[in-house]
Amino acid sequence: MSALPTDVEALIGVLQYEEAGEFPVERGYFWTSAASVENANPILWDDAVAEEITGGPIAPLSLLSAWFRPHHWAPGRTVEKLPLQIHFDLKARFELPEAIMTENVTTFHEPVRPGDTITSAQRLVSVSEEQTRRLGTGRFWVIDVEYRNQHAELCGVERWTGFGYRRDTPKDTP
Amino acid sequence: MITHDQVAVGDALPVLSYDVTSTTVVLGALASRDWRPMHHDHHFAVERQGVKDIFLNSPNQGAWLERFVTDWTGPKGRIGRLRFKMRKPIFPADTMVIEGVVREVGIDDAGCGWVELDLTIRVGDVTCTESEAKVAVPTSPDDNPWQRRGDDWRP
Repeated sequence: MSALPTDVEALIGVLQYEEAGEFPVERGYFWTSAASVENANPILWDDAVAEEITGGPIAPLSLLSAWFRPHHWAPGRTVEKLPLQIHFDLKARFELPEAIMTENVTTFHEPVRPGDTITSAQRLVSVSEEQTRRLGTGRFWVIDVEYRNQHAELCGVERWTGFGYRRDTPKDTP
Repeated sequence: MITHDQVAVGDALPVLSYDVTSTTVVLGALASRDWRPMHHDHHFAVERQGVKDIFLNSPNQGAWLERFVTDWTGPKGRIGRLRFKMRKPIFPADTMVIEGVVREVGIDDAGCGWVELDLTIRVGDVTCTESEAKVAVPTSPDDNPWQRRGDDWRP
């Protein structure tokens, strides 16, 4: 079994890419998200119910990662800014052109509310040995993303497992 | 709205069946600000990713699971933790079926009533996504898990 490259090993456990979201939390996204899955939960649609149960409108919990996803384009930006940058750093570092996310575990704390400014920070948890799966040959990695609101309250922690890979050519496949 | 005393291990949640379309996939991706092309560009998905079509993105699968759980709990149900593992992509023209069963019921030291669920999203006989959810439900009609903060909230 070969050890990880030292530069990758050195990043494990290190908090990286701490930054505020590019826009204040916007309620329109709450409705678009709820509409995308036909979620009729009244705390998302009825202000009186939201006030009674959650102390006012809150975002769908599963929308947490949306608040750190950059705009697809912004003035002056010449290179696409990517969410979950560590994932793309690892793709580049190991020269793995393709990647998919395979697992997500999210722990939810303070609800996200309209007007919040959410700050995220990423942490590399682990990187696997190279292995071959149905999609190709590559590595699994685990990345945590922490989200905090403008009061520094923890809103949630996402743990993503990704698989970066290169598709095997026929000559590579016995 | 359910309360904690109404839930027992082995209870099955009402099944949710949904016919996925390209619109489902694209709307779900854009709703979650996921601009990656495998969720809206058929050619990219097929030629670069090696799959048969665009497919549901991760946050939108989370949104489907959130909806499935809170359809059952009612609005006072508060999800504390959601895990899902995507084994097979879910494509347009698939009929996805979301199912769930209660694995564990308990009350923590802070008095919060928890229900742990095993969930699946399948297409036909194939399990595409395996999931677990831990959701707080009221211990009485007057209880409200959303009012818990700090040390009283232990997801």
